[in-house]
Amino acid sequence: MATEVVEDLVPEPEAEFTSLEAGLDALETAAESRKPWWRRVLLAKVLPPVLAVVALLLIWDLLVLAQIKPAWVLPGPADVWDELTSNWSTYQISAAIWDSVSRGVIGFAISVVVGTVLGLSIARIPWLRAAIQPILSGLQSLPSVAWVPIGIMWFGITSGTIYTVVLLGAIPSVTIGLIDGVDQIPPIYTRVGRNLGARGLNSARHVLFPAVLPGYVSGLKQGWAFSWRSLMAAELIAVSPHLGPGVGQAMAEAGDNNDMAMAFGILIIILVIGIGINAAFFAPIERRLLRSRGLVRS
Amino acid sequence: MTVTATVGEELEAVEPAAVRLTGVTKTFGKGGVPVLDGIDLSVAPGEFVCLLGASGCGKSTLLNLIAGLDPASSGLIELPGKGSRPGHAALMFQESALFPWLTAGRNVELALKLRGVRAKAERREEAQRLLGLVRLGSAYDKRVHELSGGMRQRVALARSLAQQADVLLMDEPFAALDAITRDVLHEELVKLWSETGLTVIFVTHNVREAARLGQRVILLSSRPGRIAREWRVEIPQPRRIEDAAVTDLTRQITAELHKEISRHGN
Ligand SMILES: Nc1ncnc2c1ncn2[C@@H]1O[C@H](COP(=O)(O)OP(=O)(O)O)[C@@H](O)[C@H]1O
Ligand SMILES: [Mg+2]
Repeated sequence: MATEVVEDLVPEPEAEFTSLEAGLDALETAAESRKPWWRRVLLAKVLPPVLAVVALLLIWDLLVLAQIKPAWVLPGPADVWDELTSNWSTYQISAAIWDSVSRGVIGFAISVVVGTVLGLSIARIPWLRAAIQPILSGLQSLPSVAWVPIGIMWFGITSGTIYTVVLLGAIPSVTIGLIDGVDQIPPIYTRVGRNLGARGLNSARHVLFPAVLPGYVSGLKQGWAFSWRSLMAAELIAVSPHLGPGVGQAMAEAGDNNDMAMAFGILIIILVIGIGINAAFFAPIERRLLRSRGLVRS
Repeated sequence: MTVTATVGEELEAVEPAAVRLTGVTKTFGKGGVPVLDGIDLSVAPGEFVCLLGASGCGKSTLLNLIAGLDPASSGLIELPGKGSRPGHAALMFQESALFPWLTAGRNVELALKLRGVRAKAERREEAQRLLGLVRLGSAYDKRVHELSGGMRQRVALARSLAQQADVLLMDEPFAALDAITRDVLHEELVKLWSETGLTVIFVTHNVREAARLGQRVILLSSRPGRIAREWRVEIPQPRRIEDAAVTDLTRQITAELHKEISRHGN
């Protein structure tokens, strides 16, 4: 009698197994609690930097109000704003921004092409890699502004000089990012790819390229920062009427005029462009890439 | 030419095999000690073979040879396949090795694509069916990192099935899982095997797991890896890991394994 009852209590194996598995799946999968997107974006991503900027402006204004330095040495935010708006056209700021950004973008684009070709060949050919990698690391730590005098002696004050400096600044970052990306491909992925039947182009497209992408994108991001930085350094030094306007040239002009408020204004413009392009293009791509692979918390 | 063909046919007639290894030896580097030495092994179509051995005895090396990822130093590895098509072995790893840039469903779809399934709709439907087989039909759009270890291995199993290989090679696929999950996956695997007529070579260092799963358990010795002993397991499936017969067999095999390992202490 007792045995019979026990027998009855044991569920049918198949059903028991199915519900056990379903229970495990439910327990082991993280419970999703998603806040509305605007709260995640606004509160977590947008608000903190905005607050920091406001705080910075406040501190700056307080320092000016305290009159620790005369106004022509330390102009206040309002002075800078006034100077920027009233002398915007005198300094040809619009044209300068347009010219600098297009130079930066063109220089960056060339760096991406050259850096990618270079990175791919270096990563695949061991002896070439052994030969070139130390030089690249060295180049990356060399401030590219050091090339300006040499560029001027080679090309005179021309676009050639500017692009030389930008390329020498950005190419090492792009190349190194790509080499690192290739190095960091877990060998198991290539083995799985081969076992699934991916050879040659298929392997490159379905396994190698996606595996390399995070390293490559972070190399691009750094490459852009170096492009912009080098461009500003070059423009600041290589000033000539037939080179046309540029943000760096405008800064040099402000310096020549002893126009402190304008110098501050242009500094802010340089910052905003550098940060803006990163925030608009590279940061979102990188974030999406990492989040979709579970490499950062979303 | 004719002679070899005749010999081949004769062997085929005597004992049909999904995989046949003859005198397979593997040495890494020049003049090193062989990791595998003179392995002769024949696995029949539809058979479930467990390959058991201490860590470092060459189990993974052997699977990589069968999968064609590494060349053997000497000996012959044959996968006759079906009809005129040469045989192909699907390999499943300890870590799931799913591609993290793809969803669960896309991982399976990629295997189908690389197998040559052209039509997108057909790939999607088939991937959905395969995930259904491992009871993960609802996880199609999940990212790999959103799945638990056990679920990842089930997706990896679905991906291996998508390859429609003649042999499924499994390299300690459940070693990193907790006991409860492993138990469930054993059940899952045996069920799939009995439904589909898969040929499985399952590598493990866990004696109980081998006794739970295999129709045949093969014990590898270490340094060099040779086939030390072999058991035919007559306990019918579905077995349970706590069955008395499984426990008995586990005890027997463990004793042999311990003897094998102790030899290296002297
Ligand atoms: N690529 C390799 N190069 C040199 N030695 C290797 C390589 N792969 C494996 N070995 C050696 O072969 C032996 C067997 O390794 P492996 O097949 O991974 O063992 P198991 O899977 O049984 O734990 C180990 O001693 C290991 O160090
Ligand atoms: Mg192993």
